[in-house]
Amino acid sequence: MITVENLSKQYGAATVVDDVSMQIERNSITVVVGTSGSGKSTLLRMINRLVEPSGGRVLIDGKDTRAEPAHLLRRRIGYVIQGHGLFPHRTVAENIATVPRLLDWDAARIRARVEELLQVFQLEPATYAEAFPHQLSGGQQQRVGVARALAAEPALLLMDEPFGALDPIIRAKAQDDLLDIQCRFGTTIVLVTHDMDEAFRLGDRVAVMSEGRLLQYDPPAALLTRPADPFVARLTGQAERAMRLLSLTTAGEAAVPGSSTGPAVPASATLREALSELLWCGAESVAVLDAEGRPRGRLTLDLILARGRP
Amino acid sequence: MSAPVAAPYVPAAASRLRPDALGVLLTAVGVLALFGLPFVLFKANRILPGEPRSLLAVLPAAGAWGCGAALLLAALVAVLARDARLRLGGALAGLVALALAVAASGDILTPPGNNVVRVAPGGAFWVLLLCLGLLATDAITRLRPGPLTRVLLLAGFFVVMGLSLAHGTFDHLSVMREYAVNSERFWRELLRHVWLALGSLGAAVLVALPLGILCHRVPRLRPGVLGTLNVIQTVPSIALFGILMAPLAALATAWPWAAALGVHGIGAAPAAVALFLYSLLPVVANTAAGLGRVSRAAVEAAHGMGMTRWQVLSAVELTLALPVILTGIRVVLVQNIGMVTVAALIGGGGLGTFVFQGIGQTAMDLVLLGAIPIVALAFTAAVLLDALVEVLERTKA
Repeated sequence: MITVENLSKQYGAATVVDDVSMQIERNSITVVVGTSGSGKSTLLRMINRLVEPSGGRVLIDGKDTRAEPAHLLRRRIGYVIQGHGLFPHRTVAENIATVPRLLDWDAARIRARVEELLQVFQLEPATYAEAFPHQLSGGQQQRVGVARALAAEPALLLMDEPFGALDPIIRAKAQDDLLDIQCRFGTTIVLVTHDMDEAFRLGDRVAVMSEGRLLQYDPPAALLTRPADPFVARLTGQAERAMRLLSLTTAGEAAVPGSSTGPAVPASATLREALSELLWCGAESVAVLDAEGRPRGRLTLDLILARGRP
Repeated sequence: MSAPVAAPYVPAAASRLRPDALGVLLTAVGVLALFGLPFVLFKANRILPGEPRSLLAVLPAAGAWGCGAALLLAALVAVLARDARLRLGGALAGLVALALAVAASGDILTPPGNNVVRVAPGGAFWVLLLCLGLLATDAITRLRPGPLTRVLLLAGFFVVMGLSLAHGTFDHLSVMREYAVNSERFWRELLRHVWLALGSLGAAVLVALPLGILCHRVPRLRPGVLGTLNVIQTVPSIALFGILMAPLAALATAWPWAAALGVHGIGAAPAAVALFLYSLLPVVANTAAGLGRVSRAAVEAAHGMGMTRWQVLSAVELTLALPVILTGIRVVLVQNIGMVTVAALIGGGGLGTFVFQGIGQTAMDLVLLGAIPIVALAFTAAVLLDALVEVLERTKA
């Protein structure tokens, strides 16, 4: 668990982060959103001490982050930045091995870990281990960047607009991959973005920042139904909030027993997608199928619409 | 209607036979030189003006025609051939013929047992050497050899030259006569030349690297530092030697231990200091530029992953900036090898000693004994460092 206590950062007269306190649960994804200049990146960078706070402190599992030298702290925390920051003079395998090498792992353990990560990130080791970053596509470079951050099995992963440079299709894939990775390794993730859709899609909890202050820190649904501040309501988009709310629930969660003659949707689809399917086909209900394609229940238009209200 | 059928063949045939512009120019220059300038100069002793001798007058008919045929072949290939390998072969054949002809001229014109007579290569020889050398370099450039191939070509050239010098092929030529008289001093001055050029470069790199890093880290300092070094660069070398004489002499007088270390107003000390000062600007400027070129994201990621400041600097920043820094070092090394020559004027030693001694005695052969190795050294340094830069660049594209 990460505890942020009254954290502040001033540069001269300018206050970039203003008295922020928050608790980040273990094994969760916390997304920090805000406009540019809101202090969200600075907040993230104070967790691994790339920026030293002017006031307040950060505790990781109850231990003050200033208890050890900053570079040793950072070796235990994964860090991914926009534009990946891969070392252009090192191969993919060497890039991924960066932190394990700093930690003096033995060669066999490093090799095994690099191979495992390449496989997890769907990069065939025989093809990609000895490739240089410039030989990869943008999406592949980004995956190597995440693999590198996870190499030393950190319990905490910090990501600063990690998908900002990707095109929408590859970005959606990268977001899905991240959710899989989080399930697989149980890593606690703190991710900074200015993309609300990304925040709603990934975040177990979302922190909204503006002008250095933390305006609201809640699960995504609460941001939509009980915005703490007009700015939060504006940022989440009043015109879209009903649809956003629908996108937070899956068809499997909302389905009721029964059958339907209407179109079928998978249980993993969101209510937003189910509604879209209903509108498109002009039907009154959809059949919900489980992963094996067996009927699991149904969803009516009324049921879906009821979920789109606060 | 034969015209439309025939038409496409005309440009094709024309392009196949279109003479190579560089080949035509160099052939014309070579022909003019061969018939207008002496091939060798015959001197009764080393300071007398030479009597011009043409190729035909010196060599027996078979030799002259053989050499002429090889040169004609080189010219034909240079004018007509497209294939770069063929062009390189032609130029090398011409160079070998030229070298054998000048060596044979020396052997023929020198009476047995006579050590006073001098046979010096004449204008035609030098112009032909230049033309064939340009053709060979042009062919090598067209072949786009990799860095390793270029270094091997250079090594091959030195092996061939070394073997023929050891064999005594050119022993009757004037330059080798001067070498025979000065051989012990030649190696001493050559070593001193290299030592002065490399030593001042080494000291400059030790100072310039930290200074370049500082300029990169503290951009405010950059204009001041680079501006000062720029002013130093504009001072002519002789003037800088002069400026340094007084303070260094004073230093040597004030502290005897400095004098014991070799610090004097004249000699190697002011030369080394001046070369050191000249070397600073290219290395400082390229270090700062190279570091500025390093991806900020990579540096940020390096810090974020827990590298220490020193690890970030050495393993990421300097490693990535190395090709640019080496380009600066290459400039300095080639510049120093040339500039050490002038150091001989203030007693600094080096191959310039032969150059200035030769000028003083109007003995051109002695000048060449100094000048040829200087050119070879500078050329070698350039080829080696270029190859190194290219190898480093290649791994990071």
